[in-house]
Amino acid sequence: MVTEEDKIFAKNFCIDDLPDVPAGLPPHLKLKQNRVVSKKDASVVDTGDAIYSGSYVSSGVDNTMKLGNFYEDFKVDVISCTETDMEFDMIGIDAAFANAFRRILIAEVPSMAIEKVLIAYNTSLIVDEVLAHRIGLIPIAADPRLFEYLTETDQPNEKNTIVFKLHVKCPKGQSRLHVLTNELQWLPNGSEFLKESGDSTSTSKPKTYTSFSCSQDSLPEFADNPITPSHLDILISKLSPGQVLKLKLEAHAVKGIGKTHAKWSPVGTAWYRMLPEVVLLGEVEDEKAERLVKTCPMNVFDIEDMGNGRKRATVAQPRNCTLCKECIRDHDLVDLVDLRSVKDHFIFKVESTGSLPPDVLFTEAVKILEDKCERVIADLS
Amino acid sequence: MEHGSFTNDSHASFTLAEEDHTLANAVRFMLNQDPRVTLAGYSIPHPSLECVNVRVQTTGDPAREVLKDACQELMLMNRHVRSVFDKAVAEFKVKQARLATEEEKKTKAEEAELKKQRDLLASMDIESD
Ligand code: SF4
Repeated sequence: MVTEEDKIFAKNFCIDDLPDVPAGLPPHLKLKQNRVVSKKDASVVDTGDAIYSGSYVSSGVDNTMKLGNFYEDFKVDVISCTETDMEFDMIGIDAAFANAFRRILIAEVPSMAIEKVLIAYNTSLIVDEVLAHRIGLIPIAADPRLFEYLTETDQPNEKNTIVFKLHVKCPKGQSRLHVLTNELQWLPNGSEFLKESGDSTSTSKPKTYTSFSCSQDSLPEFADNPITPSHLDILISKLSPGQVLKLKLEAHAVKGIGKTHAKWSPVGTAWYRMLPEVVLLGEVEDEKAERLVKTCPMNVFDIEDMGNGRKRATVAQPRNCTLCKECIRDHDLVDLVDLRSVKDHFIFKVESTGSLPPDVLFTEAVKILEDKCERVIADLS
Repeated sequence: MEHGSFTNDSHASFTLAEEDHTLANAVRFMLNQDPRVTLAGYSIPHPSLECVNVRVQTTGDPAREVLKDACQELMLMNRHVRSVFDKAVAEFKVKQARLATEEEKKTKAEEAELKKQRDLLASMDIESD
């Protein structure tokens, strides 16, 4: 017999209300949701988050991003920051973002690099093309935000071009000469090379390869910090004695991005890795503990004395782990050690080539991503 | 550019010119966080083409609006990333400067101590003479 009471009960019945029905994701899915587990056989793993917002809807878990959460939880920890290198932790963000920032840092943040090399006299061993290429790769310490892009229709002027000259001689009787980047001399007034013109009789002022309207060192930004290469000890070429070798050229630097050519990339490298997490699944004791400590080349584990001569392994410095998997090659240890990576904790490193400090580069990269979004929104409206 | 249909605006593909994985992957991530979206993905039709195709299918809302919202949200998140980052760097630099001055003070104090001891020694020498 079904009574009225039973009917009401059946109508309001919800399995999630029962006290012994677990709420939330089961542990194995939870682990998958925010950790990558590295196995011995290097199986393919997905580093991204569960993609679809309804992935876990059948377990009653909402996977949509709660923006409020992001704004509260996102954290940045600066580990070290100098003029050239920076390491910081980015916590509470997806790999899609970390990767976008990395890609922009490498390929889309502008910098200045030498694009045109005018060679007047080169009797060194290095042929013109190779020399020009070498010179192009020299990083220039100039803030690219102070310059404009040189377009095809533009005349090279003080706002878009930096000119260097290189005049070096190695007279007979001297020892071999090393030509370093400190020989590159900034010409704030622009090119000194005269353009050949058809008729030499007319023209009041001889034309050069640039048309600067004023000297760059009269601009407030460069008045008391002359533009130089970022490193003054890069070898450009060697000049031999005995022969009279002479190098006379001009290098014109313009603004560009790493997508066009790697010489415009403002970073040596920009890379990230997920925070490693090493978990001991059981007690690792005595001889095994010692073996574990010894196998790890990065000193991740430590030994703890438990009194009466017994020892136990502990995870002391999981951050050092490189996921080399040396510890799980051991048959006894493979089931005791779990190597995981935290999916939303990135250790980010930026190495600047010297045009801007790394922290400014990162902010510029984020700004560029913002601009991209803005452009798409404008396109769609 | 939008490739959709006249009758149903909840399914559409968009071609974003001069973009690549950098933006498309982030946008795809944002779209997938949106409960209105049933499918979102992107592809680059050919490596030598400078564009990406983004596919958006929704439960009924216009795909164009949903994509726009995703971009908007992405932009706000970036702003937040930037402000948090700038704050963290500023804090780090302040801390660094403080440590440096403390270090300087310490070395100075040590030097002063050393000098005092030397002076003392010197004066003792004189006395012994
Ligand atoms: S994976 Fe390598 S670095 Fe990491 S804990 Fe194991 S042995 Fe050490």
